[in-house]
Amino acid sequence: MSDEAVPAIKPSLPEEQPMIPQPLVELHGWGRAAGTMSHLAQIDSVADAVSALRKSDSRGVVPRGLGRSYGDAAQNAGGTALDLTKMNRILSLDASGDPATVTVQAGVSLDSLMRALLPFGLWVPVLPGTRQVTVGGAIAADVHGKNHHTQGSFGNHVRSLDLLMADGEMRTLTPDGDTTTLFWATVGGMGLTGAILRATVALQPTETAYFTVDTHRAANIDDLMQQMSQGDENYTYSVAWFDAVTRGRHMGRGVLTRGNKAPLAALPTKLRRDPLKFVAPSLGTLPEIFPNRMINKATAKAFSTAWYLKAPKDRTGELQNITQFFHPLDMVAEWNRVYGPNGFLQYQFVVPFEAAEVFRRCLEMIVSSGHLSCLNVLKRFGPGNPSPLSFPMPGWTLTVDLPIEHGLDRLCDALDNEVVGAGGRVYLAKDSRLSAAMFRRMYPRLDEFLEVRREVDPAGIFNSDLARRLELSKPTTGGRT
Amino acid sequence: MINALGEPQSLLLLGGTSDIALAIARRYARPGLRVALAARPSERRSAAATELVDLGCEVTEVNLEARDHASHATTVEQAFAGGDIDIAVIAFGLLGDPEQAWHDPDLALELAEVNYTAPVHLGVLLSQRMLAQAHGWIVALSSVAGERVRRSNFVYGSTKAGLDGFFLGLGEALREYGARVLVVRPGFVKSKMTSGLEEVPLAVTPDEVAEAVIDGIKGKRELVWVPGPLRVVMSGLRHVPRPLFRKLPI
Repeated sequence: MSDEAVPAIKPSLPEEQPMIPQPLVELHGWGRAAGTMSHLAQIDSVADAVSALRKSDSRGVVPRGLGRSYGDAAQNAGGTALDLTKMNRILSLDASGDPATVTVQAGVSLDSLMRALLPFGLWVPVLPGTRQVTVGGAIAADVHGKNHHTQGSFGNHVRSLDLLMADGEMRTLTPDGDTTTLFWATVGGMGLTGAILRATVALQPTETAYFTVDTHRAANIDDLMQQMSQGDENYTYSVAWFDAVTRGRHMGRGVLTRGNKAPLAALPTKLRRDPLKFVAPSLGTLPEIFPNRMINKATAKAFSTAWYLKAPKDRTGELQNITQFFHPLDMVAEWNRVYGPNGFLQYQFVVPFEAAEVFRRCLEMIVSSGHLSCLNVLKRFGPGNPSPLSFPMPGWTLTVDLPIEHGLDRLCDALDNEVVGAGGRVYLAKDSRLSAAMFRRMYPRLDEFLEVRREVDPAGIFNSDLARRLELSKPTTGGRT
Repeated sequence: MINALGEPQSLLLLGGTSDIALAIARRYARPGLRVALAARPSERRSAAATELVDLGCEVTEVNLEARDHASHATTVEQAFAGGDIDIAVIAFGLLGDPEQAWHDPDLALELAEVNYTAPVHLGVLLSQRMLAQAHGWIVALSSVAGERVRRSNFVYGSTKAGLDGFFLGLGEALREYGARVLVVRPGFVKSKMTSGLEEVPLAVTPDEVAEAVIDGIKGKRELVWVPGPLRVVMSGLRHVPRPLFRKLPI
């Protein structure tokens, strides 16, 4: 991996060497539904990646990180998935720059990046609901966090990235200049413009690893949306959990948590001794013992009521650590097993602010559908970025986790219709069921993306189940037999 | 790709004008679903295509001649020209007059070719495609008549017994490569194939068979009976001693 330290990478194409045929393994997303069989190629170096690309057949290759996208983005039935999680070195840090930047291999997880950066008083600018995602995946899905309304999505903070393209060449792309089109198609491009192998990301200074958090309960969805609309600009981070089970006048009651990075002065003396401590307790790994229907009327109702009532009515200035504030679910590894072997899907959509009525109607449809969701998130997005397939746009976004059960297809189709009618869309990193026709309507800039793809990957070497499902790749037949 | 909710993106209906095949297509129909209708060119095929287009499907009509084995490769190739096939249904079959079938060697041969030889040949051609794409389902329409072959329709029954065994075995062979096979054993189906025959207890409609197929694929099953209770009936009948079985009015 010594070639990794050289700034400009010119991959030398290795001689054809006998490769041990990779057996087929079942790959699925975090939702554990719709798994298929792919060849998993372990990538330890740029040369490995080039070699895997050269050896790919008409089923193609797709980069894969930690497998946290919920659907079929990082699997490739009959083709190859490039496991990039061993490309996990932090290559260089420019702590004195303005802003400070870090250059990493794409397989570095946000978890390890945060652990490495905090001692320098540096902060990863965008954190999704889990730290267990790779930098490459964060760019390819253009992930967002609780600070989207103030700081945008992950792609907004990428200063440059190195993309291994279908022709076997590596190119360095930047947000501006000659490479701007390909850069922004790669941001949110779900790994279909090439394999991101390294990236330089701008960082933020931080005095502590703590947050000052204000928590408010809201009695129903209108109250919640109104509270969120007021004063979000005073907080870097803002998100709400809501109850998607209770009907009637308390429909959509929720808990709003908003906060800012705590300055050193806000810490009690005890914590000031180690203000940048990374607090990430682990409660263990969930065993594979849960049946389907663990989430039923009784458990969902009990959870939702308890979650609502345990939250303080109004509390301001509470100090929370990273895990409390950002990633409570990261305390339990493999928590998706709670949904049983049938798996689940996460439905996340955004509609413009003007369509608040549609948003409310969608919530009603979910609550009255009989499908039960416990982990529900409501957030206001800020402006989007230039990426043609990036998900965030100014508006309300809602996320529900739904166990896969009979009739869920009808609910999701009905929600799609509402969302697309309001000019909104669903998030590809969560999606595992959208049809190509609906996808096209939701992403009006799709043709821009497809044009870039035709140019940089005319044969469709980068391919995935998601690409086939959403018709982002040209039809392929045949392959390895 | 079949999505997380079990909805396919593409179907291949071999015997695309059969009532069961069309019932399956209607249930899966949604805007953008690709359907390859493989059958003999006929008004019925055109009407089926029109109906599915009206439901928003993108339909390709493909010629299929079950007894012309040499043509099968072209049929399959045309069906896959639009991309992967998520679910391929082998729905064609021939009942024939049961008494004539064991007196008339030509009819016996025709039944054997249409109901067994052709599905085996097409099954192998399909499985080559499924191996390459490493996902997808082959659905084979078997029959309870093949579970224990009866005197009353043993030529037909024997062809279904052969088909049943072949596709169950093919399913085991394909499993580790990501492709799956579903064998469907309906009882008496009220369809154009059985029109004019006297109905028997536990008779089902093509729609009920279609529903069982869809649930079977969602549940990743290898074998479904339609209706479900037939499984119990047949597992009893399977063990009835021959002298007694002979006397049963079935």
